[in-house]
Amino acid sequence: METSFFAIVFGSIFVNNVVLTQFLGVCPFLGVSSKIKTSLGMGAAVTFVMTLVSVIAWPVYMYVLVPLGIEYMQTIVFILLIASVVQMVEIVLKKVSPALYRALGIFLPLITTNCAVLGVAILMISKGFDFGHSVAYSAATAVGFTLALVLMSGIRERLELEGIPKAVQGVSMALITAGMLALAFMGFVGLV
Amino acid sequence: MMNNWKVLWNGIIKQNPAFVLVLGMCPTLGTTTSAENGFGMGVATLAVLVLSNVVISLIKQWIPDKVRIPAFIVVIASFVTVIELLMQAYVPSLYKALGVFIPLIVVNCIILGRAEAFASKNNVWRSLLDGLGMGVGFTWALTLVGAVREVLGNGAIFGYELGIKSYMPLVFVMAPGGFFVLGYLMILFNRLSRK
Repeated sequence: METSFFAIVFGSIFVNNVVLTQFLGVCPFLGVSSKIKTSLGMGAAVTFVMTLVSVIAWPVYMYVLVPLGIEYMQTIVFILLIASVVQMVEIVLKKVSPALYRALGIFLPLITTNCAVLGVAILMISKGFDFGHSVAYSAATAVGFTLALVLMSGIRERLELEGIPKAVQGVSMALITAGMLALAFMGFVGLV
Repeated sequence: MMNNWKVLWNGIIKQNPAFVLVLGMCPTLGTTTSAENGFGMGVATLAVLVLSNVVISLIKQWIPDKVRIPAFIVVIASFVTVIELLMQAYVPSLYKALGVFIPLIVVNCIILGRAEAFASKNNVWRSLLDGLGMGVGFTWALTLVGAVREVLGNGAIFGYELGIKSYMPLVFVMAPGGFFVLGYLMILFNRLSRK
């Protein structure tokens, strides 16, 4: 794989933004994007977990699943890995840094079912990245997720003040806003 | 206590997972580039949902309460792996088109949600009906979103060309179109179901 780090980082943050072009992690994107502060917290938690998961998942796949010839167990192994990492992070954070735990704590259980985390773990394997590229790819994807989330919550904070017809309020309005954001992000196509 | 018929219908219209509960948004947006893909994804999810609901309601009495979520996830992930291998063998083109979204059925909130909210509290027969209802509700929603996007973006339906392709904006098959179509369909659904 001869892709440069710059192409991977820039590509995963802007060009192939995980939420706005690949539709991974849409649930938290719609669910926790009503305030800028909470979306920053969620973004930080996802960045932390996603990077950590890729650091563990890549060696597990290459040095355990491949030699044993059980690559088809990937889905089960990865989801269990994510669930345990999330659980572990929660326990460690609680002990080591109560302040950080209070900030990120409520988002952690939500991350297990964030499909972006499992999706990135599966994609980095199927794209054939080596270890360094995988970690860069996961971290950049998570930054892209945070970016989308923060942009979205900024727009939604403004929208709160507008008069919106009743049938359009809530998720439908969020989806249409996301569509406009996705249109804007299409401008990046072809840059990398 | 709801009767069995209501359990089945609940998921299809009243608590439609995609339009009303707003669960499983990622596959609803990511796989609906055509009616066929949406339908395929819906059926794959339906199969996992029914199987996992049945098995979880069968084994619920042996699962300690504390580890029930990891236990549910293992059951679901096993069925997803089975479905994934079956699709790879028998419908390779669909398998390719859906890509990463097939393993991602594991983290589809509908499945874990129904396991936790329904299958772990009800008997096998009712869990089967619930899985079937929710699965059918999800399938028709995905097929509808896929059909609308295919007509608007590609001027075709279920792969059948309508001869209007050159007039249609391709953006509807791409990411922004997915958000727009689902958003407007949801408005329509809200409007119609409020009466």
